[in-house]
Amino acid sequence: MSPQNFTFMFYGFTVAWLIIIGYVISIALRERRLRQELDRVKRMVEENEQANTRRQ
Amino acid sequence: MRLKIIVTLSVLAGAILAWNLHRIFLQVPDEASQGAIFRIIYFHVPAAITSFTGFYIGMFSGVGYLIRKDLRLDSIAASINEVSLAFATITICTGSIWGRIIWGIWWTWDARLTSYFVCLLIYFGYFMLRRAIDDPTTRARLSAVLSIFACVDIVLVWKSIEWFRTQHPGPVLEIRGGGGMAPGMEAPLWWNFLALLMLATALVLIRTRQEGMRREIDALRRHAHAF
Repeated sequence: MSPQNFTFMFYGFTVAWLIIIGYVISIALRERRLRQELDRVKRMVEENEQANTRRQ
Repeated sequence: MRLKIIVTLSVLAGAILAWNLHRIFLQVPDEASQGAIFRIIYFHVPAAITSFTGFYIGMFSGVGYLIRKDLRLDSIAASINEVSLAFATITICTGSIWGRIIWGIWWTWDARLTSYFVCLLIYFGYFMLRRAIDDPTTRARLSAVLSIFACVDIVLVWKSIEWFRTQHPGPVLEIRGGGGMAPGMEAPLWWNFLALLMLATALVLIRTRQEGMRREIDALRRHAHAF
């Protein structure tokens, strides 16, 4: 059996794992960004509500 | 509760994959004509079946949205389709590496490969469409319709190895009417499928929660602009 056969098997498994790991990392980064955005928007709504109450 | 399910599924999937790696490399013998490279089948086929399963569940969620007009179903559909697209990418990449050794080429426009590539393009288009449309109801409706079309292509992908005798080998597994694999060689494949399915479910649960956060952000933004 050629050594290339074994090398390419290794490439196949590596690529599969890299895609899974890359995707999991992208999901984790998105999670952090969404949480930050959610906090920011909640603060913005609270500030708007307070400003609105003061005006009334 | 959701977090517990995600952690349990991930841990179980990780344990099965690790145990299977041990079996695949140390217990399963080389295939007589292909040698070591045939082991790619243990990721290539389970990833493909996981992606097909996901795309179909995603399509049914989309159809559910069309019937009930519940945006949560659209979020579930988008989450499932995204995770399935990741597994479809694994299938096509591992298949290409396998083909480089067995066929001597990275890629050929045969029926199975072309129809699967078209499927990938449709789902990449699905996410481009979702990014391009701001109105949630229009986005959900068009996404659902597109996923129905995509699932028609998946039937073609699935049956292409029976309908067309081109480069890609015909059915191998017994459940597809093939000759089957040698005893002891097929079991790790189904265990890997189970592990990838559990991993995909955990990822879908995370993505669905994120889609819920996205909906909450959109709702708060609309609320803020109403002042």
